[in-house]
Amino acid sequence: MYDISGYYEAETVAEATALLAKNPNLRLIAGGTDVLIKMHSGQIADAELLSLRKIKSLNTIRKAEDGTIVIGAMATFTKVFNDPILREMIPILTEAAISMGGPQIRNIATIGGNVCNGATSADSASSLFALNAQLKLEGHQGERLVPIRKFYLGPGKVALQPGEILTEILIAPDDYQGFGGQYIKFAMREAMDIATLAVAVVCKLQAKTFAEVRIGLGVAGPTPLRCLEAEEYAKGQEISAQTVAEIGKLAVNSAKARTSWRASKDYREHLVEELVQRALKKAIVNAGGEELV
Amino acid sequence: MTNFMGNNSSLRDRFMNKSGDGGKEMAYTVVGKSVRKVDAVAKVTGKAMYTDDFFERDMLVGKILHSPYAHALITTIDVSRAKALPGVEAVLTYKDLPRISYATSLPGMIGADLDDNEDLERIKIGTAGHPYSLDPAHRDVEDRHILTKKARFVGDAIAAVVATDDLIAEKALKLIDVKYEVLEALTSTKAALREGAPLIHEGCEGNILASGGFTIGDVEEAFKESDHIFEGEYETSIVQHCHLENQTSYAYQDPDGRIVIVTSTQIPQIVRRIVAQALGIPWGRVRVIKPFVGGGFGNKQDVCIEPLNAAMTLAVGGRPVKIELAREECMIDTRTRHAFQFKIKTGINQDGKINGIHISAISNTGAYASHGHSIASSAGGKFRFLYPTKALKFDPITVYTNLPVAGAMRAYGCPQLFYAFESHLEDIAKRLDMDPIEIRSKNLVEVGYVDPISKTKVMSCGIRECIEKGKALIKWDKKKALYREQSGEKLRGLGMACFSYSSGTYPVALELAGARIVLNQDGSIQLQIGATDTGQGSDTALGQMVAEVLSLPMDMVHVLSTQDTDISPFDTGCYASRQTYVSGMAVEKAALEVKGKILSFAASMTDIPVDRLDLLEQKIVYKHSGESVLTLEQVAMQSYYDRVLAKPITSDVSNNARINAIPFGVTFAEVEVDIKTGKIKVLEIYNVHDSGTIVNPKMAEGQVQGGVSMGIGYALSEQLLFDEVTGKPLNNNLLDYKLPTMMDMPDIGVAFVETHESTGPFGVKSLGEPPTITPAPAIRNAVLDATGVAFNRLPMNPQRVFEGLKEAGLI
Ligand SMILES: Cc1cc2nc3c(=O)[nH]c(=O)nc-3n(C[C@H](O)[C@H](O)[C@H](O)COP(=O)(O)OP(=O)(O)OC[C@H]3O[C@@H](n4cnc5c(N)ncnc54)[C@H](O)[C@@H]3O)c2cc1C
Repeated sequence: MYDISGYYEAETVAEATALLAKNPNLRLIAGGTDVLIKMHSGQIADAELLSLRKIKSLNTIRKAEDGTIVIGAMATFTKVFNDPILREMIPILTEAAISMGGPQIRNIATIGGNVCNGATSADSASSLFALNAQLKLEGHQGERLVPIRKFYLGPGKVALQPGEILTEILIAPDDYQGFGGQYIKFAMREAMDIATLAVAVVCKLQAKTFAEVRIGLGVAGPTPLRCLEAEEYAKGQEISAQTVAEIGKLAVNSAKARTSWRASKDYREHLVEELVQRALKKAIVNAGGEELV
Repeated sequence: MTNFMGNNSSLRDRFMNKSGDGGKEMAYTVVGKSVRKVDAVAKVTGKAMYTDDFFERDMLVGKILHSPYAHALITTIDVSRAKALPGVEAVLTYKDLPRISYATSLPGMIGADLDDNEDLERIKIGTAGHPYSLDPAHRDVEDRHILTKKARFVGDAIAAVVATDDLIAEKALKLIDVKYEVLEALTSTKAALREGAPLIHEGCEGNILASGGFTIGDVEEAFKESDHIFEGEYETSIVQHCHLENQTSYAYQDPDGRIVIVTSTQIPQIVRRIVAQALGIPWGRVRVIKPFVGGGFGNKQDVCIEPLNAAMTLAVGGRPVKIELAREECMIDTRTRHAFQFKIKTGINQDGKINGIHISAISNTGAYASHGHSIASSAGGKFRFLYPTKALKFDPITVYTNLPVAGAMRAYGCPQLFYAFESHLEDIAKRLDMDPIEIRSKNLVEVGYVDPISKTKVMSCGIRECIEKGKALIKWDKKKALYREQSGEKLRGLGMACFSYSSGTYPVALELAGARIVLNQDGSIQLQIGATDTGQGSDTALGQMVAEVLSLPMDMVHVLSTQDTDISPFDTGCYASRQTYVSGMAVEKAALEVKGKILSFAASMTDIPVDRLDLLEQKIVYKHSGESVLTLEQVAMQSYYDRVLAKPITSDVSNNARINAIPFGVTFAEVEVDIKTGKIKVLEIYNVHDSGTIVNPKMAEGQVQGGVSMGIGYALSEQLLFDEVTGKPLNNNLLDYKLPTMMDMPDIGVAFVETHESTGPFGVKSLGEPPTITPAPAIRNAVLDATGVAFNRLPMNPQRVFEGLKEAGLI
């Protein structure tokens, strides 16, 4: 039994932001797969919920005229996984989507909820970090765009102002066109699990060198993060096993791994080094490069 | 899933004659067929009713306050704020529970709040699902109150609330004010055994619940005669059953004031006894009903919530009260599997023949005795049958700690012991440079072996054929040769491990089973058994036995799935893989009695001598020709309505099985180890079982696959973890406790070698628990084969494997 004291539904974003402005105690609920878990464990009690499920406009995934990919916050993981545009343009996001939960969870959990929940383990987050995604936040007063790297403030903490709703996730053409990528979710189980480490890598090649490499990591620190030192190093380097090995090593410098009962720092760092290399090697092939042996 | 069962009948032909049974070939028509599970449609369509599906008018909700401390004394407990909350009907603490001297009558004993000093007088219970023993020395240790004044693990039940709904009950729990005097938490056996450690139970010196095993021959002498002595240490983890349906029950008083408890249990008769004992009331004043059950795996061979549930209903004047544990509660405040530490020493000759084995073990039983030392002793008893040696010494001790209570879990100590020994034997084979199969073959038991302690005789044994079959299925020789020359980041290897088990608990405990059959007017029958089907399919297997004896199609056999202690025949319940073997004896007996009565009745109707008649396909036939003389329906109708002879045909039998049968089997596994990440993938796995006659191959296959998947989780990922200082559980939920999913399972290959066990009904031996015994050691041995690294501690999860490979210089 859930401790719910009020429940509201909005049909448009404007209606939702107006309700939020009126009642700051309202808590947004999308698929509810995080919210309800928190209620079950008593972290949230006496909740007044505002559901976004009836807002049709938040459901769509499209490619804007300028090539920007626009993902509605209420798109479920099943929808993300099956979307033809995403499959073609940014498969690291659809791979992330299918690695998430199980079929029932993917049918209800939304990408917006995944991001707004603020977990370092969010399966969409490392890919969105690697893709330089921008988040469109709308409030009663207006809207603003926030780069995803600025959105995550700490474990479970995101840069949503009171009254704001995440409406869209945007990926600019420069950030995905010409890139190949790979997502690796390393977890203790093949389904229904939270990553021990998540690695999303995209790269763009120029002849025999890396034009650009971007590496997003999940569960390598309190928030998802990027491996800027490794990325910087990669620019212009020759595509070789040695370069990839070096990138793997440098990626560890950006990780903020620590020991917990789930895994040791030593092991986590070892995984960062190893899995960044594995993901990058695949990403090279996906970007049109030759397989490194 | 791969199915290797196509050639069952030929296997049966092939092995039956060798099995030591004198080669008596039986041809069965229903037994041995994959008939549809009797409850398959009800379950698939959602019509099968589980405890939570029943509703009573005005049902209240019961919730439990669990101790946040692993070891603490309650100094004060004030429930006044909780009681004042509207919707709260009762709040119970240890103070409200019955004392021995007062607890003789009902109602009124609950809630009689007396002073604290009489604490010791409050009734203590043992919760294990064992049959009662008339000999006090054989009874389970009684060390537990329904609600405790001294918390002994994080999760211990301190107080309980009965309220009109869940939310009010939850709120009321928060309003109970408890002050504790926190004591040192002993979170490991090492801490508990430390000199001067605080005592978890008063009077239990050294925190040792019990110790002692057995000795056969003289091990020291045997070691002296041996060419080599090997020693090894092995350790297993605390795991949980994770049955789909958490413990759920509801209780009320019927109009006569008797307590009725509907509960998800494996052992209704034992629940009845323990509830009555816990409340100090006559056993007949308790009635227990078991509807469909969503799995138990031993956790429901224990009495966890029912005594409290009974106390709750008494506290609210007999109104129905439901308790439904959440998964998080279920994972800490029911039962777990004992973690063991083993030290093994083996004396062996150069040719691989074992002379003597000495196994020492420390078993962690957690905060209360529950099944306690039986787990260790029983495992030792089952192990004795695999590799008989001149000398064998087993000396386990069972230790209390401030951790959740360990109890029965599928295969009752054997997954631990066989993991240790089969790993040890593999290590020996490697050191002696012997093939793992060869070293085992040198030591395996033979038909006719009599265990010197239990006097149980091995009447059938197909272990060698099981090994041959498994070896062929996994392509042992070919792959062994192939993997000798491998390199790279992913290494493959093969491993195997063998087991022996038993069919029920004889001679350690009583093996009583009851069955009742009624012949209906239409010639169909009702079968009532005291044996409980908790998902494994015993209703179907037992129904098949009746169909076999009475030559009925399965749709003429109606098996009553619900057990009700007021109505069902007496049977001690579902555990020890006993029901097909032990309850099967009662069922066969009942069916034979009905058959005899049918033929006698037919004889009286036809004046044909009864010994000339037989029952075949719902007809009474001449034995010599098969010619039909009457239909079964005619006999049945006459038995009900003949104005002179009418006497409905029934049987109501009990069977005290004073015998046991030893099943055997083997697991073969092939793994791939990702050297860089420490991840182990099981590529192929085969379990080959000698469980005597296989009553229902499809169901048996499912049983094996379920057991193997449990074994894979045990090997690779599952463990309950606790903070070392505070004893707080770290992962008592299904996200953090890594129970494997379907996606983590390889195809599980299943095969049988059907011997004929002459002591069992239709030649059966047990199959329920055995499948889960050997996957872990087989996988461990395969990892050793692949990497050269011996993992002597479960689970072999990526973190551990990483550490092990790093230590070995492979990373
Ligand atoms: C069984 C199970 C398995 C899971 N497996 C995974 C997994 O493998 N990987 C993974 O990453 N996660 C997993 N999760 C977590 C969860 O499903 C995801 O984080 C999911 O994406 C959350 O989405 P939701 O729509 O259900 O969010 P909700 O629970 O509805 O909301 C989550 C949070 O975001 C806020 N929110 C939601 N939408 C918006 C919005 N548009 N604007 C502003 N705030 C908003 C809510 O207020 C809340 O704080 C699992 C959960 C369960 C129960």
